[in-house]
Amino acid sequence: MILPAGLNAYLVVAALLLVIGIFGIFLNRKNVIVIMMSIELILLAANLNFVAFSGALHDMAGQVFTMFVLAVAAAEAAVGLAIVVVYFRNRGSIEVEDVTLMKG
Amino acid sequence: MIPTIFFYLFSVILLASACMVITARNPVHSVLFLIVCFLNAAALFVMAGAEFLAMVLVIVYVGAVAVLFLFVVMMLDVDFIALREGFQRYMPLGLTVGMILMVEVGLTVGGFEYAGVGHGDHATVMLPGSTDASALGNLIYTHYAYVFELSGLLLLIAMIGAIVLTLVERTPPRRQDISRQHARSVAGTLTMVKAELGAGVTLPEPREREIV
Repeated sequence: MILPAGLNAYLVVAALLLVIGIFGIFLNRKNVIVIMMSIELILLAANLNFVAFSGALHDMAGQVFTMFVLAVAAAEAAVGLAIVVVYFRNRGSIEVEDVTLMKG
Repeated sequence: MIPTIFFYLFSVILLASACMVITARNPVHSVLFLIVCFLNAAALFVMAGAEFLAMVLVIVYVGAVAVLFLFVVMMLDVDFIALREGFQRYMPLGLTVGMILMVEVGLTVGGFEYAGVGHGDHATVMLPGSTDASALGNLIYTHYAYVFELSGLLLLIAMIGAIVLTLVERTPPRRQDISRQHARSVAGTLTMVKAELGAGVTLPEPREREIV
């Protein structure tokens, strides 16, 4: 399989996506849900790299890894959102800065 | 030529919607842009030859994870405007860190050279003439079988964890328990009190307080 615009184009897109995801974490310091969406973006960037290298090197290992990353990301999203729901039920807010119960 | 044009089209939409995910005022819009993001990433996956993973991305992410996000955003009664207070304040820090990271990754990608690792003799190499799904299936059920089982176990644990976290314990409705009813005796539940004239009645401590 020949990548349509070369491997480097994929790497650049994935790098930009990673930077956007990390920028999103900094930008939405209070909103846990948007932070989790940023984490999804970061994982998507990693997956894009895996798939691009898999296509470029004619090696399926990258795609297998992408599948496992997808499974872990789905589990992470489910448990994270469950924690957000429980936290909201107990405290009535989802602000990250309110999470100070374990500060001592 | 046309695949290249489509590659750049999908990439631009992917990056633009990713920017909208992190800057949208309304979190519902963020989730919807996240869906656009995943659809375009699936298109890029198809272009790289990973059709099966592209479909998995659409089914699992757009169909399940994004809907989960949407569900939580709509279920929580949060003042999302108040959550955006520090937006301007964190902008310079975020831009600085983002720029530094961008330059670092740019240098890494710019200096990247394919070393020409010899392959063709190990299990994961792509065979010509086999579809993506069959190649992936041949691998994950043989070479990566244990890891595959482990990821299934991980999903099971995550499911149990999410259920345990969000389960609300409710007091069960009252039911008739025949054996407990039959085990009760008159002496254990009934007390005869002789009422003095004009003095009222004070009840002694009941020996058996349960109500059936």
